[in-house]
Amino acid sequence: MTEFIEELKFVFLDDNRYKLLVEGFFNTLKITAGALLIGVVIGIVVAAIRSSYDKNKETMKLRGGIGYRVLAVINAICKVYLTVIRGTPVVVQLMICYFIVFVSAQDGVPVAIFAFGINSGAYVAEIFRAGIMSIDNGQFEAGRSLGFNYFQTMRYIIIPQMFKAVLPTLCNEFIALIKETSVAGYVGVSDLTKSGNVIAGRTFEYFIPLLTVAAIYLIIVSLLTSLVGKLERRLRKSER
Amino acid sequence: MKKFLKITAIVLALALVACFAACGGNTEPEETEAPAAETKVLTMATNAEFPPYEYKEGDGYKGIDVEIAEAIAAKLGMELKIEDIAFDSIIPGVQTGKYDMGMAGLTVTDERLEKVNFSDSYATGIQSVIIKEGSDIKSLDDLVGKKIGVQTTTTGDIYATDEFGEENITRYDNGAVAVQALIAGKVDCVIIDNAPAKSYVDANEGLAILDTDYAVEDYAICFAKDNAQLQADVNKALGELIADGTVQTIIEKYIPVEDAAAAE
Repeated sequence: MTEFIEELKFVFLDDNRYKLLVEGFFNTLKITAGALLIGVVIGIVVAAIRSSYDKNKETMKLRGGIGYRVLAVINAICKVYLTVIRGTPVVVQLMICYFIVFVSAQDGVPVAIFAFGINSGAYVAEIFRAGIMSIDNGQFEAGRSLGFNYFQTMRYIIIPQMFKAVLPTLCNEFIALIKETSVAGYVGVSDLTKSGNVIAGRTFEYFIPLLTVAAIYLIIVSLLTSLVGKLERRLRKSER
Repeated sequence: MKKFLKITAIVLALALVACFAACGGNTEPEETEAPAAETKVLTMATNAEFPPYEYKEGDGYKGIDVEIAEAIAAKLGMELKIEDIAFDSIIPGVQTGKYDMGMAGLTVTDERLEKVNFSDSYATGIQSVIIKEGSDIKSLDDLVGKKIGVQTTTTGDIYATDEFGEENITRYDNGAVAVQALIAGKVDCVIIDNAPAKSYVDANEGLAILDTDYAVEDYAICFAKDNAQLQADVNKALGELIADGTVQTIIEKYIPVEDAAAAE
């Protein structure tokens, strides 16, 4: 036991190596939180465009005019975005962002936030779209017949129901995102995984740093899961 | 229902822990004994992104370390098997017996000597500083406060971190990425071994190597602490290869003579 404590001391306290982990932890949190925000914003916009197009294309086509064509073009752009982002690995996107798109960026963290945000947005968009499409059309028609316009129906009737339905899937995506940020080390960001690797590389002890890093990820994900679980329970209060 | 879920969760967690414990217990002794004893295969762990010491060409591996290792394996009557892994996994891999030896332009340091044994040195390495042409870095003193790119956990990384501080170091997975970052202006210089530094500078326009060497060091092969027999065998073979000039020929093949003279 004392041997193990000695080891812990050597791995984390010598040379103040625990500071690497602390820095890595905050970098991982920063990247995840920023990417989450960007992802949700992009997700809402893209999902709104895609589902508006799907729901209204027949009527708008009949009506004709510029509105339909504009929507069709934006919808096509969104489709390309989804295809490209979901069709390429996030590591490659990250490297492209770091070495080609933001060549002059000195700090890797904002680049990582951007790359992971764009990546996450594509998945979140499809989750939201699935949610919107899953709400029965009768709800929509009811809203319109009560005098709500299209946006009001969306805002007050469809979106709240949609949000409740997609919450578990959305939580899934957030969990995946947290763990995906572990590749940020590729572009010189010292995130949690990279810090663990650096400590392991300097002490040649893999056991303790790797298990510690794994435990920290587990704690972050567990906290997020329990928060989402609480939110789910509160949203369910309105049922029945 | 809730209680049932809780119990299930605990059982699953215990099963997971037991599973991990079982793996940890079993694998180590098996792996240390198996390779050397029966098949006479010599597994060498390396990180093949370090020209001209080791790099991939076509399907195979080439480089100074690779050819020396082949010559050693031939002398010992063993078959060489190369495993290309991350640089920072080489020493732990050798330590646990996953690989028989590690050869990747490894410098002998006190910290590493605590974990593994080293063979006699077969080459001299120099840590050089790569800069952009026209950079305001003229000597090692100018490095203070600059952004320094390194390859994770190489000696360049360790020296630079100790000397210039954690906050000035950006770590990349391999030298090529670090050099790419230098070209893009994300770091002000890259500290890396002299030989790959030359390859990178030759391959990319607008880069130069600082005239002053950052550090001089000896390259050697590493072995697990409990594998003294293999260490002795390899040392003997290596000694013969150095004596008959094979090692020098291999090094000169990859590093032209005038460079080698400068390196010595």
